[in-house]
Amino acid sequence: MPTSPSEPAGRAGRADPAGPSGPATAPTPAPTAAPAAVPRPAAHPGPAAAPVVASAHRAAPARADLAIVGAGPAGLAAAVTAAGLGLRVVLLDAGDRPGGQFYRHPAPGLGAARPEALHHGWAEFATREAALRAHESAGRITYLPLHHVWTVVPVGAAGARRGHGAPATEWILHAVAGHAPEERAVAVTARAVLIATGAYERQLPFPGWTLPGVIGAGGAQAMLKSGLVLPGKRVVVAGSGPLLLAVAGSLAAAGATVPAVVEAASYTAYAGRVPALLRNPGKLVEAAGYGGALARHHVRLLTRHAVTEAHGTERVEAVTVARLDRNWRPLPGTGRRIPCDALAVGHGLVPQLELATGLGCAIRRSPDGTVALELDAEQRTSVPGIWSAGETGGIGGAQLAMIEGELAAHSVAGALPAARLTRSRARLRAFADAMAAAHRPGEGWTGWLRDDAVVCRCEEVPAGRIREAADDLGARDARTVKLLTRAGMGWCQGRMCGPAVAALAGEEGAPDRRPLSCPVPLRHLAELPPAGH
Amino acid sequence: MLKRHSLDVVIIGAGVVGAACAYYAARAGLSVAVVDRGPVAGGTTGAGEGNLLVSDKEAGPELDLALLSTRLWTELAAVLPREIEYEPKGGLVVAPDETTVKALRTFAEGQRAAGVDAVEVAADVLHELEPHLAPGMAGGFHYPQDAQVQPAQAAARLLAASAAEVHLGEEVTQILLDRGAVRGVRTPRRELLAPAVVNAAGTWGGHIASLAGVTLPVLPRRGFVLVTEPLPRVVRHKVYAADYIADVASGSAALQSSAVVEGTPSGPVLIGATRERVGFDRTLSTEALRRLASQAAALFPVLADVRVMRTYHGFRPYLPDHLPAIGPDPRRPGLLHACGHEGAGIGLAPATGLLVAAALTGAAPPLPVHPFRPDRFAADPAAADNPEEQH
Amino acid sequence: MHSPRSLVGGTPVAAHEITFDGRELPALPGQSIAAVLWGAGILAWRTTREGGAPRGAFCGIGSCFDCLVTVNGRPNQRACLVPARPGDTVTTQEGTGRADLAV
Repeated sequence: MPTSPSEPAGRAGRADPAGPSGPATAPTPAPTAAPAAVPRPAAHPGPAAAPVVASAHRAAPARADLAIVGAGPAGLAAAVTAAGLGLRVVLLDAGDRPGGQFYRHPAPGLGAARPEALHHGWAEFATREAALRAHESAGRITYLPLHHVWTVVPVGAAGARRGHGAPATEWILHAVAGHAPEERAVAVTARAVLIATGAYERQLPFPGWTLPGVIGAGGAQAMLKSGLVLPGKRVVVAGSGPLLLAVAGSLAAAGATVPAVVEAASYTAYAGRVPALLRNPGKLVEAAGYGGALARHHVRLLTRHAVTEAHGTERVEAVTVARLDRNWRPLPGTGRRIPCDALAVGHGLVPQLELATGLGCAIRRSPDGTVALELDAEQRTSVPGIWSAGETGGIGGAQLAMIEGELAAHSVAGALPAARLTRSRARLRAFADAMAAAHRPGEGWTGWLRDDAVVCRCEEVPAGRIREAADDLGARDARTVKLLTRAGMGWCQGRMCGPAVAALAGEEGAPDRRPLSCPVPLRHLAELPPAGH
Repeated sequence: MLKRHSLDVVIIGAGVVGAACAYYAARAGLSVAVVDRGPVAGGTTGAGEGNLLVSDKEAGPELDLALLSTRLWTELAAVLPREIEYEPKGGLVVAPDETTVKALRTFAEGQRAAGVDAVEVAADVLHELEPHLAPGMAGGFHYPQDAQVQPAQAAARLLAASAAEVHLGEEVTQILLDRGAVRGVRTPRRELLAPAVVNAAGTWGGHIASLAGVTLPVLPRRGFVLVTEPLPRVVRHKVYAADYIADVASGSAALQSSAVVEGTPSGPVLIGATRERVGFDRTLSTEALRRLASQAAALFPVLADVRVMRTYHGFRPYLPDHLPAIGPDPRRPGLLHACGHEGAGIGLAPATGLLVAAALTGAAPPLPVHPFRPDRFAADPAAADNPEEQH
Repeated sequence: MHSPRSLVGGTPVAAHEITFDGRELPALPGQSIAAVLWGAGILAWRTTREGGAPRGAFCGIGSCFDCLVTVNGRPNQRACLVPARPGDTVTTQEGTGRADLAV
């Protein structure tokens, strides 16, 4: 059974709230500009000589050659490659350790002796992490963990005069740094920007999906990798995509019972795509590894099935699993209950694009139904000065992300990349597209979405209200549904319900507009430097 | 495949103004079709905050329109579903110093003469109205007639209540003429035939006018709005500083801002809105965010510590004299306009709809329509106004 | 018996404690607050604004904001991202978590 683990290769989590003990610092009264807060040294401080890191409240005196957003496989590989080519690099990441979601690993204090037990290709990460540390020490990379970039703007957009249509030659990245209550506003200036923001999990709602104990498949994996914890003892794994097999394998190896892996697609859908699969023997070996692990733990794989409801009151106690037709519509009378105390569910990944779309970067439709960035052979976006690599260009996994990161770094540096990089990328992209097409959700999935089922978790909007907006009130797209129902207006800004809302609105799903890629303390906005200063 | 219908009126635009025109035209017994290239509330309506304000308008034709609308919104709130979230919450204009209080007093006197309810609030009473308001304000005015609706819902429910024939996702590509008079519109999917066509295309009203062979100098005036995390009720009224009024009345292209702060039934506090003429530029302006945030925190220091979850922008349909174009266009028989309401379209929609319905049926208008006549811009002042140069 | 620990081996530096709704919970250094709560079998630590429904971690990577919780009196902290620090006081967050601001 050929498959590949393709996991979020993006940044690990987001910098933001935390609550150390002690009183909160008083907010600085606006509108007077507060004194500049000097950025706290990074977790692994490099020499102060490195590029351009300034508080948002202080004009940056210099600039980096390249700012990279995201220290997952793509961003990390790009950073060390670019530094090796002589560029001065700032690497900003929302997580507290490099590696992104794919190489998420326990904090040092947890004392894991074999973090690689949770990963494929750990050596590829370890090599690059070591290179990162060396470049940091040499002052070539400024690594800024716990920095969540909330926007990238061309210099001049803050109010200074800039000719319309003229390419920007410099960019400012605004970030929220650190955990609350010590969060700080940070701004970085750079000549070029690489967006390597990865992906988050695609969710297709079903009745009961808001019950405690129902968690994202990637979320279960992330919690296990970083915190060494499980959500329950008996965990059903469901949804679609190769990640499910990796998650089930990890959960089982960590001691959970996995009564079933419930996959909505049929793996026979791969049959027509054999050439792409055969060109990627590494992926087949990986898949065989998962298959073996699942067999060893007696995990049953049900294809063309879906969890159509989760049951319970205070937490999930069982799920209903039903057969699907070829279009993912549940077949009446085929439901059966599987008792469990947790459900890990996900339907592939969604590229995280808001920084790029906010800059006007062109997009394309991926075979899995998601929207990705349109990139050229050198990983350039349609906006001069902005590059992207990894999942943002289409879900493709960590190996592809690293290659793209290296290609992007060469392009920014004006260096010729090794031909093998370009070849590998083509091969892995073909494989990723084959996988993506096989796991593209069938339109019938909304058949399991009863009108009373919550779709928007944040604003608690049920499917019935969304259908009313689309059928009776003139909404023809997710944006208008949002305006009419508040679905997608909450804390997550539509990341969880977006694909479902688009499907119910009869739209293919456009990338959401999120001018702020994460919530920003109001006082950070109030204390931005005034235009012209 | 083109279908032909016979109708009394075709309304172009499914924003709140188009919906209100449909509602009042249908109520007057007319057979109505509404056509829009996008969804309902897809333009400026969807980017609005839902302000129904009399407080920011000086005595004059726009205030008369607003006062009529205020009365009509009260009636509509009784018949439309509660989802429109009509809230007669009142407005509070605050003044930082004694000079501004005096200016507000003069402003309010003129408004009172026109029928506005404006109540002076002494400095020491402000906190009873708004407990989180920053200390040190010199005084203010309370406007009980100011209210709020959820704009997209208001448009959608008005449109549904009109029972008009609605064609969404269909762009009008041609205004059909017969011997110089309008006889309908064409979309890629059909022809809609009617002796009257209403241009309720908002910020894009100038384009519709040009399809009909006339000019209407509607310009986009961009505004940003900040939306906070959901909060309990921390702001009771629509609260803004007195300089907002000057910004609204300004014709300057430069960025102007004075935050209007208000709570919403669903939790988030809305902070709007900047005004600047930069064409249809959709890039994020961090300067706009800075001004809104700093002014909001100056009014309500408690907001400094909350999170802004999102920001969005819209393009107000702006006419050079800040008044909308409402009614028949003498240059093109059968063409009516109902656009150019700038930032007040939600508030002014019902009165606009009523005026348009009166014009269509030949009834006496409830207000003098002369100030809103669409052909009042003899020379086109927008022709010289290149947004590219206004940065 | 397999466990996450047996999978990766080694031993943590030193355990500490946090409190959740007055209950003391063991925490390992570097664990997020969500991981500590999961480790104690706790899956919900927030109730929703409208329905008062229980919620906990969902996406696990900071994207969904379902795991918001009050930490040391500060609401809306993402439990899946925030590291548990010795002595942290974690409380179930009801609704906006800011009822004290209501007027």
